[in-house]
Amino acid sequence: MDLADLYRDVIVDHNRSPRNRGQLAGATHSALGNNPLCGDQLRVDVDVAGDVIRDLKFEGSGCAISTASASLMSEAVKGKSRAEAAELFGAVHRMLTSDAAGAATLGKLAALAGVREFPARVKCASLCWHTLNAALAGSAAPVTTE
Amino acid sequence: MAAVQSIVPGFDVARLRADFPALARRINGHPLAYLDNAASSQQPATVIDAVADYARSHHANVHRGVHTLSQEATALFEGARERVRQFINAASIAEIVFVRGTTEAINLVAQAHGRPRLGAGDEIVVSQLEHHSNIVPWQILCSQTGATLRVAPIDRRGVVEFDAYLKLLGPRTRIVALAHVSNALGTVLPIADFVAAARERGITTVVDGAQAVPHLPVDVQALASDFYAFSAHKMYGPTGIGVLHARESLLAAMPPWQGGGDMILSVSFAGSTWNHLPHRFEAGTPNIGGAIGLGAAIDYLGAVGLARIAAHERDLLEYATARLATVDGLMLVGTAPHKSSLVSFTVEGVHPHDLGTVLDSRGVAVRTGHHCAMPVMEFFGVPATARASFGLYNTRAEIDALIDALLHAIRMLR
Repeated sequence: MDLADLYRDVIVDHNRSPRNRGQLAGATHSALGNNPLCGDQLRVDVDVAGDVIRDLKFEGSGCAISTASASLMSEAVKGKSRAEAAELFGAVHRMLTSDAAGAATLGKLAALAGVREFPARVKCASLCWHTLNAALAGSAAPVTTE
Repeated sequence: MAAVQSIVPGFDVARLRADFPALARRINGHPLAYLDNAASSQQPATVIDAVADYARSHHANVHRGVHTLSQEATALFEGARERVRQFINAASIAEIVFVRGTTEAINLVAQAHGRPRLGAGDEIVVSQLEHHSNIVPWQILCSQTGATLRVAPIDRRGVVEFDAYLKLLGPRTRIVALAHVSNALGTVLPIADFVAAARERGITTVVDGAQAVPHLPVDVQALASDFYAFSAHKMYGPTGIGVLHARESLLAAMPPWQGGGDMILSVSFAGSTWNHLPHRFEAGTPNIGGAIGLGAAIDYLGAVGLARIAAHERDLLEYATARLATVDGLMLVGTAPHKSSLVSFTVEGVHPHDLGTVLDSRGVAVRTGHHCAMPVMEFFGVPATARASFGLYNTRAEIDALIDALLHAIRMLR
């Protein structure tokens, strides 16, 4: 178990200075996510125009993995279509839970590949994606990955 | 080995540690520093052996057979019950009900004692520092009966406000349910005062003693509580076994909780009759090995001595509190003047969950999260804390390892 593989520089950086943090004034979709066991709480606001995710902001409190993952996600999905975002989620999920083979194509998101070695932390990294999914699907109930 | 010695005269921690096989493990290349005793403590070899010896040589069902093994199993099982009686100085073994743990004990009291007696307008009082297991069973009872749950507040130190508690005790208060020791904050309640105030008003008292029995002597006759519950696995025993102590007069008036074998005297389709106490509340084949393990854990605690354990743990608490105060940005959550041997804390700029992972990489086992006490987290305005909880085998050296690992986490993540 190598801690440096979990807390890579990109993760630490995005935890210290999360990108796209805050509320999105013109949000068309929003959802809440929480993992009560860890105390992670997240709100994802999205501005969808046509089929394209024009903007995204997130807010909440969580561990370094959950914060960095949300920050990286916000950068990755901006400008993507719904289908492209869903595909990205699938690829991130595979990287977190099964194999890192596709990680190379994920750009900065590949920094989360080390999470796979820490099964207790997979739910931290995936919470933001499930919350984005819920927002895009228009679900009213808060999501959880516990 | 200087750092492993205790300041308590004659308390040989190094020798005691050798009694616990799990403590010899190395985790991620570091010696295990097991500081999660409030969640579950490790077992000494005598407990492990007692359970294994029963399984190897004496296993059979209890209270049933005339054959030798059944008689041996029954003798071991009932022998454990007598040990429990002595451990908490109960008046009679009829008052000792074996259950799965504290949670089941409280649910039993809520359903078998509370449900037939309570109605709309009645009140149940708990405190703000309760574990979920001493909140949710009462919420369920409230929804079944129309009773109301009322909450005695805590102050910023995590002390239950006694005057506010007294004001909550009214003509409709039927049950008071309180932790003896808080699992999230370490607060030790002056439980005798809380129980006495309720008793004077004719209110039933239920005490969650899960965090108390491994650390301080409990005498249920002196305390005069109606119900007192605890679990074996927080006092160096196995999981899946615990105790409900119940005043015999109350137990005798309670309808059965679960029906089945062992809890009856006779069964016919015209009707069944109930067994004597405490067996009436132990339907089905019990956790025989667990009870035997609990008996062995009681013997172990008795041999080491609760007073000496308490003195050693008090030293660990004072040492940990002083050392944590030197960590920049660390906030202690729970600063009651009378605390059990645990420290709950947050570190500015580092989430408790990350602390847990970094500490584990250094072999230091702590609990992170809400500790099944979400109202406590809400009161202190934190999503979670890290908690180091000490037992009889912990050392100042392990607290040093905790501090080193904390500083490492801060350097890495803040």
